[in-house]
Amino acid sequence: MMHTAEMLKAFAPFREDAIVVPGRGGRFWTDLTTRPNLDAPLGDPAMGGHAGFALGLALAQPRKRVILFDSEGDILMSLGMLVTIAEQQPPNFYHFLMDNGVYATTGGQPVPNADNVAYEVIARGAGYPRAFAFQELEKFSAALPEILGKPGPVFIAVKVVPEIENEPIGRRRRWQTRSRDRVIQDLRSELGVRR
Amino acid sequence: MADAAVAALSPETVLAEMKKNGVTHVVWLPDSETNWLYLLMKAEPSLRLVGVSREGHACSIAAGLSAGGARPLILIQNTGMMESGDSLRGWLLSLNIPVVLMVGYRGWTRHGVTQDTAATYTERFLMAFGINYYLVESDADAPRIAVAFEEAERTKRPVVVLVGDEYHGFNR
Repeated sequence: MMHTAEMLKAFAPFREDAIVVPGRGGRFWTDLTTRPNLDAPLGDPAMGGHAGFALGLALAQPRKRVILFDSEGDILMSLGMLVTIAEQQPPNFYHFLMDNGVYATTGGQPVPNADNVAYEVIARGAGYPRAFAFQELEKFSAALPEILGKPGPVFIAVKVVPEIENEPIGRRRRWQTRSRDRVIQDLRSELGVRR
Repeated sequence: MADAAVAALSPETVLAEMKKNGVTHVVWLPDSETNWLYLLMKAEPSLRLVGVSREGHACSIAAGLSAGGARPLILIQNTGMMESGDSLRGWLLSLNIPVVLMVGYRGWTRHGVTQDTAATYTERFLMAFGINYYLVESDADAPRIAVAFEEAERTKRPVVVLVGDEYHGFNR
């Protein structure tokens, strides 16, 4: 098992000019990114929607790779989204899953059946042509060039250490430096989208 | 009933409005009103259909499409819209996404008496969320669809078109 920051650090050199939707990894990605205006650190607009948002970006920007760092809590809330993504077959879509087995932002309660879910199997069953699972950082890092070197959609389930927050939400360190509206505006501007 | 047939909202009209307003993607979940429209949309090369299995998914997908420069339309039924409450809030309203939702108005009657609670709560739901809406019952009302698109762009908010008629999809 690895820490989320380690996983993101391993990915960072391969980012190039991809759009990154960091999902619940946003607080770690903020310190690593070199292209913040191509990031969409939205925090948690509504649980279960990161995959849909990233899919929409991938369909709207077919020439840009879109990298999503999803969570198992989000995926469990929207399993049907995997079927939609698989049907659309966006070749520029790379779907990473950070699986810590718990609802970390609410105190670390386990997600249903946390120890027995094979998310990569679910993704493959939903129709993703490629799906992987990793527990060790070294193996994950070694596989990244091949994973990112081929077209998507691809699903990569990664076991990460729960980093549980027990502070009341109002007292937590605020990692977002931009409002959600600003994030969207910056991304559109970086993509040359006039709106 | 002859009058009802004359006053219908045809799927061809709806498709024409989509094209006129620059829709690139239709994010949708079928309902009993959209069968013939589906066939027309599928045959239209300027549209990409993105099918979802739960209506709330349409909100985040549309948000991503809009952020990436596309112009999505969400096509769902009122039952699914109500199911989508938190996604509407989080992915459309809080991100200021300009998008039109065409919502089948299941249970709609012009006289206000309905046995279908889907209709009972539809407009109350929209009012609670502060989402503006336009009722479209026939081809004569179709220009309101363009009004909804213009308003969504101008206000950077979701705007709903309530479809108070069937597209007569099963009558073909």
